[in-house]
Amino acid sequence: MSREEFHRNLRGLQDGVLEMGSMVDRQIERSMQALVDRDIPLAEAVIRDDVEVNRARFHLDNICLSLLAMQAPMASDLRFIVSVLSMITDLERMGDHAEGVARIVLLMRDEPLVKPLVDIPAMASGGRQMLKTVLDALVQGDEEGAYRVGAMDDDIDRLYDRVYHDLVSIMIADQSTIEACTHLLWIAHNLERIADRCTNIAERVVFTKTGMLPEMDVSTY
Amino acid sequence: MVLDNEPRTAATEVTGETETHGFQFQPQNALKASPGTDGTEAAPGEVAIRAENVNAYYGAKHAVGDVSMDVYARKITALIGPSGCGKSTYIRCFNRMHEFSPGARVEGHIYLEGTDIYAPDVDATRVRQRIGMVFQKPNPFPTMSIEENVAAGLRFTNIRNRSEIRDRVETALKQAALWDEVKGDLKKAGIALSGGQQQRLCIARAIAVEPEVVLMDEPCSALDPIATLKIEDLMHGLAERFTIVIVTHNLQQAARVSDWTGFMLAGEDGVGRLVEYRPTQDMFTNPREDRTEAYITGRFG
Repeated sequence: MSREEFHRNLRGLQDGVLEMGSMVDRQIERSMQALVDRDIPLAEAVIRDDVEVNRARFHLDNICLSLLAMQAPMASDLRFIVSVLSMITDLERMGDHAEGVARIVLLMRDEPLVKPLVDIPAMASGGRQMLKTVLDALVQGDEEGAYRVGAMDDDIDRLYDRVYHDLVSIMIADQSTIEACTHLLWIAHNLERIADRCTNIAERVVFTKTGMLPEMDVSTY
Repeated sequence: MVLDNEPRTAATEVTGETETHGFQFQPQNALKASPGTDGTEAAPGEVAIRAENVNAYYGAKHAVGDVSMDVYARKITALIGPSGCGKSTYIRCFNRMHEFSPGARVEGHIYLEGTDIYAPDVDATRVRQRIGMVFQKPNPFPTMSIEENVAAGLRFTNIRNRSEIRDRVETALKQAALWDEVKGDLKKAGIALSGGQQQRLCIARAIAVEPEVVLMDEPCSALDPIATLKIEDLMHGLAERFTIVIVTHNLQQAARVSDWTGFMLAGEDGVGRLVEYRPTQDMFTNPREDRTEAYITGRFG
């Protein structure tokens, strides 16, 4: 009763998740690039390409449904497929957050920066590092790696706190900066959510491996 | 866990939203209350059959090794495992049918509601009345009508009154979900029925004597999917009155019908042993033993 074809399909599904993960990673990277360079055409490209991420999600969604219906998976196979359904939702929303950053870049146009871009790019690269770590943990079935992702989210939260307080202080000091500060605040919020989504995926990695869904991290935001 | 439903556009993303958290996945509670859970060991209910260190042999061949398990009353217990793992041999020990095979013997203890069925003063025929059996291939008595088939087992009881026999036949056929299809034609030969109907007739015959336990040895493997579903539906109803133990090769069937599942596997020495036994929902979502995982996900077997 060996099910080689089915298990090949499962590996293909995992490859699909990794591919979608790298698409999302690239969207985050490019949205940040668009912010730093104030590159409007790049921001527009990020917005346009979000459709591709969504398309990848529906494609993987279909594969999951077919495997559930046709193969009646059980035990770790079942947990993996159910987890993928949840992970691709998180990845798709991470793509939406990258798109959100790009949209704010369009709103900002050539508005001067109210503070140097240090913590916000650090949040973005921290989020991308979390994404890479969680996808590695998925492939390796690495429970510890997944828990590391939960810990990394605390760093992102701390950065977000700092950005928030800096921007509030600037707004209080000079009301003419409110709009510009709000734009950066929205960007930071999008990045904070990206990190939270990585934590969700990490919880699913643990679930796939152990059958238990941990409460890894409760964000303040 | 972050549950959010924030809008997709960046412009509305500034507000923090209320967290909902604290969800803990509990597979044993996800669909229905299971008779027991891991770790917590909630009372799984009344024990119908307690098997202790059961070993079964065919001459020198050691077929079943040291299997101990509690079968819970009015639950459906499935035994799964590859061919040759000893699961059929094992349930035949439950009603002393194993000893029909030449050179066969059983060691260990099997208690039916506290009485050791292998104790020297126990009448094996009486055991088989209390623990009935349904086989893979429907086997109505070929020369008997539907009615006579169901009544056949009653001959070994003290029931002699014709109207009582008729009542018992009707009740058994209703419980076996066959009555509506045959009530106008009880004199028809049992073997004139379809395969699925014949199997339900055999179930009616087994339950007419009102056993405590019904053993089913791959009862659907000779039936088409519709007839199979009918038997599976029927089993749920029967479990309100009887304890059911089913041996099946069909993992989906075990998952669909049973409350508890045991996985048996023959070792390199050829002796079948119980690898894992737990509530069905846990077994098929999160088995604890690697060998169970490998078997039910189709990685060997």
